[in-house]
Amino acid sequence: MRRSLVPLLLLAALVAGGCGKDGTTQSAAAPGPKRIVSLSPTATEMLFAIGAGGQVVAVDSNSNYPAEAPKTELSAYQPNIEAIAGYKPDLVVYSDDPGELKAGLDKLRIPALKQPAATRLEDTYAQLDQLGKATGHVDEAGQLAATMRTEISKIAAADRPERPLTYYHELDKNLYSATSKTFIGQLYDQLGMKNIADAADKQASGYPQLSAEYVIKADPDLIFLADTKCCAQSAKTVAARDGWDQLTAVRSGGVVELDDDVASRWGPRVVDFLKVVAAKVQALEAVGS
Amino acid sequence: MTRGGLLAAGCAGLAGAALAAVLVGPVPLNPGAVLVELAGRLPLVTTHSGLSQQEAAILWQLRLPRVVLGGLVGAMLALAGAAYQGVFRNPLADPYLLGAAAGAGLGATLAIAYGPDTASWPVDLLPLAAFAGAVIGVVAAYTLGRSGGARTTTTLILSGVAVAAFLTAVQTYLQQQKAETLREVYGWILGRLTTAGWHEVALVVPYALLSTVAILLHRRLIDVLAVGDDEAASLGVRAARVRLVVVAAATLATAAAVAVSGLIGFVGIIVPHTIRLVAGPSHRLLVPLSLIGGAAFLILADLVARTVMAPAELPIGVITAFFGAPFFALVLRSSRQVA
Repeated sequence: MRRSLVPLLLLAALVAGGCGKDGTTQSAAAPGPKRIVSLSPTATEMLFAIGAGGQVVAVDSNSNYPAEAPKTELSAYQPNIEAIAGYKPDLVVYSDDPGELKAGLDKLRIPALKQPAATRLEDTYAQLDQLGKATGHVDEAGQLAATMRTEISKIAAADRPERPLTYYHELDKNLYSATSKTFIGQLYDQLGMKNIADAADKQASGYPQLSAEYVIKADPDLIFLADTKCCAQSAKTVAARDGWDQLTAVRSGGVVELDDDVASRWGPRVVDFLKVVAAKVQALEAVGS
Repeated sequence: MTRGGLLAAGCAGLAGAALAAVLVGPVPLNPGAVLVELAGRLPLVTTHSGLSQQEAAILWQLRLPRVVLGGLVGAMLALAGAAYQGVFRNPLADPYLLGAAAGAGLGATLAIAYGPDTASWPVDLLPLAAFAGAVIGVVAAYTLGRSGGARTTTTLILSGVAVAAFLTAVQTYLQQQKAETLREVYGWILGRLTTAGWHEVALVVPYALLSTVAILLHRRLIDVLAVGDDEAASLGVRAARVRLVVVAAATLATAAAVAVSGLIGFVGIIVPHTIRLVAGPSHRLLVPLSLIGGAAFLILADLVARTVMAPAELPIGVITAFFGAPFFALVLRSSRQVA
């Protein structure tokens, strides 16, 4: 009995020593996590943009950008703690906790960082800063935020039409829209545009469902489709809707097909989104003058 | 009230509801001009309404088809509800009882998540898939319910429950696999008339006519079924056959409604019951009155859905339940006091 205990104790000592050694070498080499799991497509884009992509071991099934991101079957809607823990993460970034995600990660002592959907541009910069600190890329994160600020103010400073252009931002073909209070709406504000959904949002949800009659009556200068991927909408399908052939935007080529993903995330690609919108505004102005 | 009086009152109510729904909307149109514009479409009448081209488009291409489609969907759901309650002798039976809703949901999810890009197709895949799903669901439930040899309505209802549970499980699984389509699937399941056009009306009309004629022709036989299958047999009525025809017609009606508007709940339950309380249990009157009442009810519910938060919309399923349930409770109460 006593004899059998000796190897067991030896083994225990070995394991303990091994662990300790492992831990010290890791923290000595480079600070910051080495095995990041991202459950947020926006966080994935940010991580790669600040040069932390090499530390990312797995991203959720909707993280489709950039192409080199290690996309997996992990679901951000119904996160499976065991599947996440299977990647042995030392940091999990997520935007929504549908239930027990944080609690489950805490139980397994896996550090977690919540980066909820941004409600304004400053949130994006703050999240970049937060990710920079968490991953050891503070400088790159700071530079990226500064570049974004410059680019956005450059786009915002461009000439504007005398009369503010009106627009309708479509989230799906049942005419759900986003008002100027939402993150995406504030981006359009940068270009001095006027949102037709604002009048429809009495409960201030930010995302009212518009009546088709109202869209026709409002007759926006521009229509932005953020439902090209999810729901296969296009300038052609919009023109084919009953009564929509009346619209100025449909007649004058003012229907813009956006990338659903770019238009719904709050990462570095908001600059790309603004460029697309600004180019369209410029084009309309050129025609008008 | 007499039979004719009730029918006339129903028709008058439906006409009033339709007129109100055409005149009122999120975009204010001059009511007089709308009436003139409508009259202008009558043969041999030429008028000038003064509506702008834009306003005319709103009236003819958005508001009017929506009122017509709302009426058709409401009529079909109430008709199917009355028919199901009659042939199953079960007050809780509704158009979705035998797996029609679950089947349509699965069909719609398949079309949304896995269907090819139909933007260039002449027809939209979604309504066809939902229609096929609803029919397949009911056929599966019916076949399963009859296969045991026992021909009781209870077996049929229970097999409907089993089929619905199974189809819903498959639908939920597929939906989880394609999380990015969640929003569109949910939008469909909640039910909507927001994007209604003449195209949808044309899709529903043939099935609506067929089912209406079939159920109207069988309405006296449904009354005979109320005495029980064996007694009906002694009266020379083949209960199983009548049930099959009526269920088939009601399923067509439900599938057509679901295909264009998603799953709008409650209409198939409260409209027939309210009418039963007013006009009595005989299907001779119940079937036509349900048709009229269902149309009027859904037209009014949709009127509320698109005006109460205008220019925003409310989901119509919320309106049908929110106003339907208390109204139904009120009718139940007052009828008990009378009795």
